Amino acid sequence: MDYFQIALVTLEATIRLSVPLILAALAGLFSERAGIFDIGLEGKMLAAAFAGGAAAAVYDSAFLGLLAAIAVSVCLALVHGYASITQRGNQIVSGVAINFIAIGATVILGQAWFRQGGRTPQLGGDSRFEAVTLPFVDTLADIPYIGDIYASLISGHFLLTYFAFAMVPFSWWVLYRTRFGLRLRAVGENPGAVDTAGISVTRMRYLAVICCGILCGFAGAYLSMAVAAGFVKGMTAGKGFIALAALIFAKWKPVNVMLACLLFGFLDALAILMQGRPLPLIGEVPVQFMQALPYILTVILLAGFIGKAIPPKAGGVPYVKER
Amino acid sequence: MSSPYEKLPGWVEYVLIPLINLTVAFLVAGLVVLIVGQSPIKAASLLVQGAFGYGEGLGFTLYYATNFIFTGLAVSVAFHCGLFNIGGEGQAYIGGLGVALVCLWLDGIFPWYLTFLVAVTASALFGAAWAFIPGYLQAKRGSHVVITTIMFNFIASSLMVYMLVEVIKPLGSMAPQTRTFLEGGQLPRLDWLLAMFGFDIGGAPFNLSFIVALVAAFFVWVLIWRTRLGYEIRTMGASPTAARYAGIKDARIIIITMLISGGLAGMMALNPIMGDQHRLQLDFVAGAGFVGIAVALMGRSHPVGIIPAAILFGVLYQGGAEISFEMPEISRDMITIIQGLVILFAGALENMFRPALVAFFATMRGAGNPSEVSTSGE
Repeated sequence: MDYFQIALVTLEATIRLSVPLILAALAGLFSERAGIFDIGLEGKMLAAAFAGGAAAAVYDSAFLGLLAAIAVSVCLALVHGYASITQRGNQIVSGVAINFIAIGATVILGQAWFRQGGRTPQLGGDSRFEAVTLPFVDTLADIPYIGDIYASLISGHFLLTYFAFAMVPFSWWVLYRTRFGLRLRAVGENPGAVDTAGISVTRMRYLAVICCGILCGFAGAYLSMAVAAGFVKGMTAGKGFIALAALIFAKWKPVNVMLACLLFGFLDALAILMQGRPLPLIGEVPVQFMQALPYILTVILLAGFIGKAIPPKAGGVPYVKER
Repeated sequence: MSSPYEKLPGWVEYVLIPLINLTVAFLVAGLVVLIVGQSPIKAASLLVQGAFGYGEGLGFTLYYATNFIFTGLAVSVAFHCGLFNIGGEGQAYIGGLGVALVCLWLDGIFPWYLTFLVAVTASALFGAAWAFIPGYLQAKRGSHVVITTIMFNFIASSLMVYMLVEVIKPLGSMAPQTRTFLEGGQLPRLDWLLAMFGFDIGGAPFNLSFIVALVAAFFVWVLIWRTRLGYEIRTMGASPTAARYAGIKDARIIIITMLISGGLAGMMALNPIMGDQHRLQLDFVAGAGFVGIAVALMGRSHPVGIIPAAILFGVLYQGGAEISFEMPEISRDMITIIQGLVILFAGALENMFRPALVAFFATMRGAGNPSEVSTSGE
């Protein structure tokens, strides 16, 4: 394989691996920008992946699977919202709880319903999202480099992949160019001011949490119905936490979120590529180091050595209306 | 944490409310059992049978509880300072490295009680070291300890895989684990302790670490409620501004608290490594660090509450194994759900039933002033 091919394969893997991160990190962006910390991204994604895989298998429809994934994820998001907005509970504790409930429930229900050791039945045909081939692939195929780049990097991905990348500018537009976005960000910085303006803080925060649930639903559906053909026990494997790390790494900004997710996805792809291949000068880099790198980078960032990550001011603080 | 709610009688605050929250958590868990098409009552009786019904079961229950006392104490010490240490899992994992290195080094030279003393120190030191960086970053650079400890769990996991696969695995062996320790690296079992009550623990690995856990619980109580440092920790937790105003060095207290918390989490490694497996294996912590969160919340961060809460989770672990023999639909993942529900109801939703109880006790007392009650919020 020449270097061009290697680069192409790695970049394609980067895109494939970063899509769930982008969706989950954008989900976290909506929630955290409104002042609701969410370390339950992992749990929501996992539950959505299971619901999507299960519903798609039972109804033989990828679309119904996606709907089920979103519905379940939004339900969990509402539990988090109820605990942290209405009951003014600790948001971290609530997120931890949701992660555990999701890990346990997906296995127990999966085993009870399908009896395949926590898997859902194999998806295929109508029940799974297929890769989309964009037009002109054949026309461009003869052009060196551009043809290959077009065929494997731009074309040939799942619908949800294009959706994820489209959500980046869309999220930016919603957060920075709409009244809803302004209020959402204001609720995360200074809820008292928003309240004074006669806007319900509670309502805004619930809406933000629902947005978060919807996007996590997409992320879960991508895992179990597009990349893989069915749900596998614990298939998120810490992606929710990497997304959280990416969100912090991106300093809570939509375009940065995409770049951070692409970076972490690239590190993941690189780890797979470099397995067993020594590098010049350094020698063989342990796989484990590559796997830990996103977390190490985030800690270094948090320590303030690569700029400063300042979270939304009112993040994690329940709002108590004065009376 | 200042509460916007009315004060309730002590027994309601510390006994009734936790019990109500726990009951709701278990009712919801029962609902899950029903959804799966099984009988919750049968599951509950199997659970109690498996955990207490015979000596070996009891031995396993207390063996698991030992892990959870350590991790529960670790989380609760941090809670008192207003810190949420989610990193118990990673700190215990690294603590295990300390225990294993000591045992590999000394097990052929020293009798077990000398190795044990060094191993206790090493486990606490290694765990504390792993908690030091998040603590330092929180204190000096303001990085949120929740996020850094989560990251450190993952880093610990990668580091330990690397250590076991590439560094301390014996030559020629395929399995990612250390060699089995000799006699000098094995803790004695406490079979005699349960024998006094007429139980035969059989093959259960109930060992000396249990006593260490109880001693640690006592020391945590002394530390938090009977020393100057503990007072400073609690002041920091109640109000960092007040603490700073009172001249308490907040950075110092945060770092010390995280060191103690990490040390306690690290000591958990003694139990499975020196007490049971006699070698260091991948993933030996198996979620005990996270159970510590549930235990600390349920036990209201007090050693007197933590010990029964840890035993309850010991019951769930041991009894849960028993249930999955009889009712294959209910695997041990059920415990994860219960753990999540306990964290949800005893932690995040702890105030759900409080307004009702406040109103109830107000009418019971016949306090005629209703406006007093209405300040308790919606």
